[in-house]
Amino acid sequence: MLRINCPFCGLRDYSEFTYGGDASVVYPDLDAGEDEWHDAVFLRENIRGLQRETWHHVQGCRMWLIVERDTLTHEIVGVEAAHPEWAKVIQSQASEKKDQ
Amino acid sequence: MSKFSLWSIIQNGLSRQRGWQRQWRDPNPREKYDVVIVGAGLHGLATAYYLATNHYVRNVAVLEKGWLGGGNAGRNTTIIRSNYMMPGNRQFYEHSLKLWEGLSHELNYNVMFSQRHHVTLLHSPAARDSAARRYNTMKLTDSDAELWELPTLKKEIPHLNYDNARFPIIGAAVQRRAGNARHDAVAWGYARAADTYGVDIIQNCEVTGVVRENGKLTGLKTTRGKIGAGKVGFAVAGNSSRLWQMAELGNLPIETHLLQAFVSEPIKPLLDHVVVFGVGGAHFYISQSDKGGMVFGGDLDWYKSYAQRGNLPTVQDVCECATSILPCLGRVRLLRHWSGLMDMSMDGSPFICKTPIENLYLNAGWNYGGFKASPASGWYFADLIANDRPHETIDHFTLNRFRKGVIIDERGAGPDPKLHG
Ligand SMILES: Cc1cc2nc3c(=O)[nH]c(=O)nc-3n(C[C@H](O)[C@H](O)[C@H](O)COP(=O)(O)OP(=O)(O)OC[C@H]3O[C@@H](n4cnc5c(N)ncnc54)[C@H](O)[C@@H]3O)c2cc1C
Ligand SMILES: [Zn+2]
Repeated sequence: MLRINCPFCGLRDYSEFTYGGDASVVYPDLDAGEDEWHDAVFLRENIRGLQRETWHHVQGCRMWLIVERDTLTHEIVGVEAAHPEWAKVIQSQASEKKDQ
Repeated sequence: MSKFSLWSIIQNGLSRQRGWQRQWRDPNPREKYDVVIVGAGLHGLATAYYLATNHYVRNVAVLEKGWLGGGNAGRNTTIIRSNYMMPGNRQFYEHSLKLWEGLSHELNYNVMFSQRHHVTLLHSPAARDSAARRYNTMKLTDSDAELWELPTLKKEIPHLNYDNARFPIIGAAVQRRAGNARHDAVAWGYARAADTYGVDIIQNCEVTGVVRENGKLTGLKTTRGKIGAGKVGFAVAGNSSRLWQMAELGNLPIETHLLQAFVSEPIKPLLDHVVVFGVGGAHFYISQSDKGGMVFGGDLDWYKSYAQRGNLPTVQDVCECATSILPCLGRVRLLRHWSGLMDMSMDGSPFICKTPIENLYLNAGWNYGGFKASPASGWYFADLIANDRPHETIDHFTLNRFRKGVIIDERGAGPDPKLHG
């Protein structure tokens, strides 16, 4: 079983999450040219090996994560929040609650 | 190669089955071929066969990193149908079904093609309307299609779960000429027939790079040395992106995903049809093999993978689907399950096209529907390679269709490879 160590919830089965896609894809500016948009929307590196990819913890904290996973062996080598700024806010709120 | 016939069976019966020969040679690679196809799956082997027969191009090699038919060719659930609706797909899959209808005779090899009907269960008036649209399109374009009302369906397949309050079955969309075939026999049949015309099928020969001179490919680097080539065709299914990158062509509109398949212990004849169940997010298809095993499958594992093995939640999902439409399977045991590497494309449709390198051709993007496609895929790919121009049927099976806005999105799912099927 693939298990993902969510930085907010801990180690969970992957079936709590939805796979997003290749995290290296960056969408261009809205007024960027057709070529840039075409490449971002339709082309993929399709890595065999270590890939940074997005997962959504839908059945948990609902945060988007960036998981570093080997697409050949399924081994997961790293997990981090996709939006570190939000993560900071959530964590500080959580510690405030604890303090109260 | 000796021909299979009633006479050859009698003759060998009388001589203790000692007269059978090996079915194809195991040649060493020659220095150079007119055409080199990479990948001895169904598409690569069919391409070599049609190059030899339709186009008299016979100085051909098919290079395979493992053994022939060991990829998706030997891992699929063998469903053959032509119920595609979009222009391009419609003509292509219909042509493929017609080729299937004559395939055993054409190859002199029994591929056990069985037109046992493809029955898609319908669960709501909306689903029936949408099926009516698709199946009417099929009828208007030279194919066969029917909608069955509940009494007909109950008579044909009495043991489905007609008592399901959540997803009541209200009828079915049926293609009678559809069915399945024995996947290994198709690979072996094409291999044997191509070999008869002099095609070299070279196994245990992995392509590791390309040799490029003045913009053209002059050959391929392989684990069995360099092999020269006049023209090169890639037909490597889930590994398409890797070959594309070896040729330094950048990225493809493809992601590789894993799909699992399952077979139960053999049981007595239970199901004469291919049955498809798809509602409320479920996706499930089942048929019974000639050995008696129930062969079935469902969705992808939903995450990108090159692993050729899947995870348990999918096993559970698929088995839940099985028992929800065929509760009588509840105590049947699972015998084996496995998985293959699907070349999922951005609109769920394939590519049979020229590439930025003038003597390189691409055959890819079959998603999990490439078994039924293999005869036509080989037919059109051979035609493309031999004549260096696409046949009008495959006009839009190109890589630039996304740029031109002529996507062929049969499911209407948008540019997310895992959502197509
Ligand atoms: C579980 C499962 C169920 C399926 N069910 C159905 C179904 O019911 N109906 C249907 O129509 N389709 C189905 N499919 C899809 C179908 O099997 C595939 O689309 C089709 O087989 C792909 O074409 P192929 O046979 O040429 O691929 P493959 O058999 O995968 O051939 C590609 C070959 O290329 C070789 N190769 C890769 N890289 C290299 C290299 N560098 N050098 C040399 N050789 C290389 C591989 O080893 C492989 O043998 C299913 C697939 C799977 C996995
Ligand atoms: Zn979480």
